[in-house]
Amino acid sequence: MARKKRGLEEINAGSMADIAFLLLIFFLVTTTMDVDSGLLRKLPPPLDPEAPKPPPIKERNVFAVLVNRNDQLLVEGEIGNLKTLRAKAIEFVTNPYNKANLSAKKPAQDIELIGMYEVSKGVVSLQNDRGTSYDMYIMVQNELVAAYREVRDDLSMQTFGKKYGTLNKAQAKAVRQAIPMMISEAEPRNISS
Amino acid sequence: MSKFQRKSKGGTPAISTASLPDIVFMLLFFFMVTTVMREVSLKVVVSQPKATEVKKLEKKSLVSYIYIGPPIIGLAAAYGTEPRIQLNDAFATVSDLGEFIIAEREARNEKEVPFMTTSLKVDKTVKMGIVTDVKQELRELNALKINYSTKKGTDITAQ
Repeated sequence: MARKKRGLEEINAGSMADIAFLLLIFFLVTTTMDVDSGLLRKLPPPLDPEAPKPPPIKERNVFAVLVNRNDQLLVEGEIGNLKTLRAKAIEFVTNPYNKANLSAKKPAQDIELIGMYEVSKGVVSLQNDRGTSYDMYIMVQNELVAAYREVRDDLSMQTFGKKYGTLNKAQAKAVRQAIPMMISEAEPRNISS
Repeated sequence: MSKFQRKSKGGTPAISTASLPDIVFMLLFFFMVTTVMREVSLKVVVSQPKATEVKKLEKKSLVSYIYIGPPIIGLAAAYGTEPRIQLNDAFATVSDLGEFIIAEREARNEKEVPFMTTSLKVDKTVKMGIVTDVKQELRELNALKINYSTKKGTDITAQ
């Protein structure tokens, strides 16, 4: 009788904290908090050899950026600089004074939420050498993407009063329609042989 | 005389540590949930370049990774220091990319295939030649959404 009354003894839970600490430290050490981030780009679809050649783009509508194997820039035929690249690209895309040597504009078209807007015909053409360093390539890409982002920010500030990144889906789509990101990467070839 | 005599009478009582395990468990669960185990063991050194216009990669289940960089120090003796491509757990060449992309596609739902992204994790010292080859191959394979993996950096025009 006396034995039965005692029943099972309770397990000491005092060391639970230690076990939990051990596990905690394991996860603390193995965890990596880095979120994957990067420049999202889209590659052009593969060339169809039978497709008719697209009509050539007028010279004034092309913003040519060349990077050679010494990581030097040639922007529109002149030796360029990473620090001025963004400003030059913005000037080319927006062409505020309608200069004859910068991008032309399509006739004004009606874009939802924005209204009549002259979409730029400009294309940024980026060409690099096989010997260009990846670091330089990313910096140039980044500047070009930043240029378009700034142009989009400007337009969305004017029309919606807030930055492009904070617009809702319909507004963002309208801005994208008004300012399409036209960064084309030429077929690779050796620039400086 | 009792053996356990109080030394200081009327001092502040000890804080109960009974809830310590609960707090620790809470932290533990947090780390267990947020932790991401490394899927592949890297055989190449990837020191990512910096950029400002970065976007977060969403839907990680739809991302396949291509690593390009010089082999890690332990493997440099066997493989040299020329940049190499790593797919999954092994070194590969550009011609292996087709198989890799098709295997990645087959592992996903058919509907999700158009949303698949290829993340290029490339060391910043790598020359563009090898990257261009990979990009051309991806174009041929119609894997057009790519992401140049970069770290968030500071604006170079603001310096």
